[in-house]
Amino acid sequence: MAVVKLQRPKLNAGEKIYFGAILKGFFITMSHAVRSLLGKTTGAKDLASSGLGVTMQFPEQRWDNQLPEYYRGAPTLVIDEQGRERCVSCQLCEFICPPKAIRITPSEIPTDDKWAKVEKRPIEFDIDMIRCIYCGMCEEVCPEQAIFLRKDYLVTGHTRAEMVHDKKKLYEIGGIRTGLVNKWNELK
Amino acid sequence: MPDILQILILIVKIVALTFCVVLPLVPISVYFERRFCAVIQDRVGPNRTGIPLTLLGFKKDFHFFGLIQPVADGVKLFLKEDFTPSYVRKAFYWMAPALTVAPALITVCVIPFGSPISIFGSEQKLVIADLDIGPLFVFAISSLTVYGITLAGWSSNSKFSLIGGVRSTAQMISYEICLGLSIIPVLLYYGDLNLSKIVQNQADNGWLLLPLWKGGHLGLPDLQTALFLIPAFIAFLIFTISIFAETNRMPFDLPECETELVGGYHTEYSSMKFALFFMGEYAAMVIGSALIVTLFLGGWSVGFGMDKWINDLHIGSFQFGGLIHLMAFLVKLIVFILFFILVRWTVPRFRYDQLMKLGWVIFFEAALVNVFLAALIIAAPQLTAAIIGGGAVLLIAVTAAVIWVAMVSEAKPKIRRA
Repeated sequence: MAVVKLQRPKLNAGEKIYFGAILKGFFITMSHAVRSLLGKTTGAKDLASSGLGVTMQFPEQRWDNQLPEYYRGAPTLVIDEQGRERCVSCQLCEFICPPKAIRITPSEIPTDDKWAKVEKRPIEFDIDMIRCIYCGMCEEVCPEQAIFLRKDYLVTGHTRAEMVHDKKKLYEIGGIRTGLVNKWNELK
Repeated sequence: MPDILQILILIVKIVALTFCVVLPLVPISVYFERRFCAVIQDRVGPNRTGIPLTLLGFKKDFHFFGLIQPVADGVKLFLKEDFTPSYVRKAFYWMAPALTVAPALITVCVIPFGSPISIFGSEQKLVIADLDIGPLFVFAISSLTVYGITLAGWSSNSKFSLIGGVRSTAQMISYEICLGLSIIPVLLYYGDLNLSKIVQNQADNGWLLLPLWKGGHLGLPDLQTALFLIPAFIAFLIFTISIFAETNRMPFDLPECETELVGGYHTEYSSMKFALFFMGEYAAMVIGSALIVTLFLGGWSVGFGMDKWINDLHIGSFQFGGLIHLMAFLVKLIVFILFFILVRWTVPRFRYDQLMKLGWVIFFEAALVNVFLAALIIAAPQLTAAIIGGGAVLLIAVTAAVIWVAMVSEAKPKIRRA
């Protein structure tokens, strides 16, 4: 390696006094402050912020419409367009779940039910949202397309018990999802 | 009986001015610091802490731009564990925080907060102690702050604290001289050391840096006053920068320099003891700004010949003009505190040798030359043209010599290579 000798840049008299540079600095900082106070902070538009700084004011401003398509929020159960609950309680999600957040109690569908041919459905389906790590493995592993990660991110509760989403709650968040699995449909 | 009344009035003044005017300014300046630095850096700052009315059954919380944040900070610091490490020198360790706050609050007593208020014909000055040695008293007391910092650094028995404390001492010694020398032109100009009289003079004849009225009438200053603006401005500059160094504010906050010394002299402190250091720093800042405003920017005077009119305002025998002047003073003070904050978030920290060079080589000499310049301008009307000319030539020669010495002292010795 050749030795490179670096010369410090020669400063002229004005730069040596550095008073002008300090004044320039005041202008820069003040311009940022004034723009922030006027609600026009640099980059506020790109970040959909409040304008006072690049920060979004959370409870008043939501980032729901900023979420990407692949956002992984709370896992939920869905029913199909015919009102059938899709889960057949195969328990694959329960076994794949890395933090063991899912607990399923399977049960059989009685023979007089409309969907008796599906044979099984969960009688209880709990997801402990304190344990859930939103990895999306349950969604990936589900053969029946019954469990989905929706865009809900506000999972809150006052007690631990409140943080366990039971079957009713999961269907409530999940809603209906059409298509994807056709094997249970009546043959035409 | 009148003696007791006098003492009662004094106590009221102390409580009102120290605990109702200056101490609340400390949390307010902390709040301003946080919000102002936030908007400078494109952030929001604390804007949520308010009065939680929803807990009391109301519909909406009362945020008020987060103005309650300093109270929350104070409560937090108060409730924290007050930890004393086992290896410290306890007596000094416990004494140090108080030693930094007390001097800052003592200096409040000579600051004139407003023009006299009179009730039932008895006139009361809005100053706790109307001393005839105002600025000297402030310097004498405020330089005691360094004992607190040094003792904190030494008694903590930790290398970072010690370096912080030692730096603080050296910095204080270097800048105390510039501080004292820089206001000599101002004192020469007014011929008085009583801060109340200095401010009264400024109210009548124009602020030192804005002499646009004389005897209550607007008008351009005469030649001597106009010329005196030059030494006045130099004095203002040196004084302000020295106050920055004196209060350990940002461009010179080497004693607590986070990037090098963890927390500097208060590394080992926690809870209320740390809060006292914090308070001392901000109180020193408030007093420093108050002193600058008083000496250079007209103190409580509103200016433009309006002070006489404000003084005469009264309801019955109660002349409340002083309260308006108090508000004017506080507005000036807060504007100057905002300037302090702006400087903190704009100018990067000086290196230690740069700080020392600035103090000893540049400001010390500049302040000395400035004293002679001011003396020449003030004495000019009594002198003949020949003496003025000779003085000017002498002054230029001295200035040139000082600049030459400064440049020679800067020249680096040649490095000899083997």
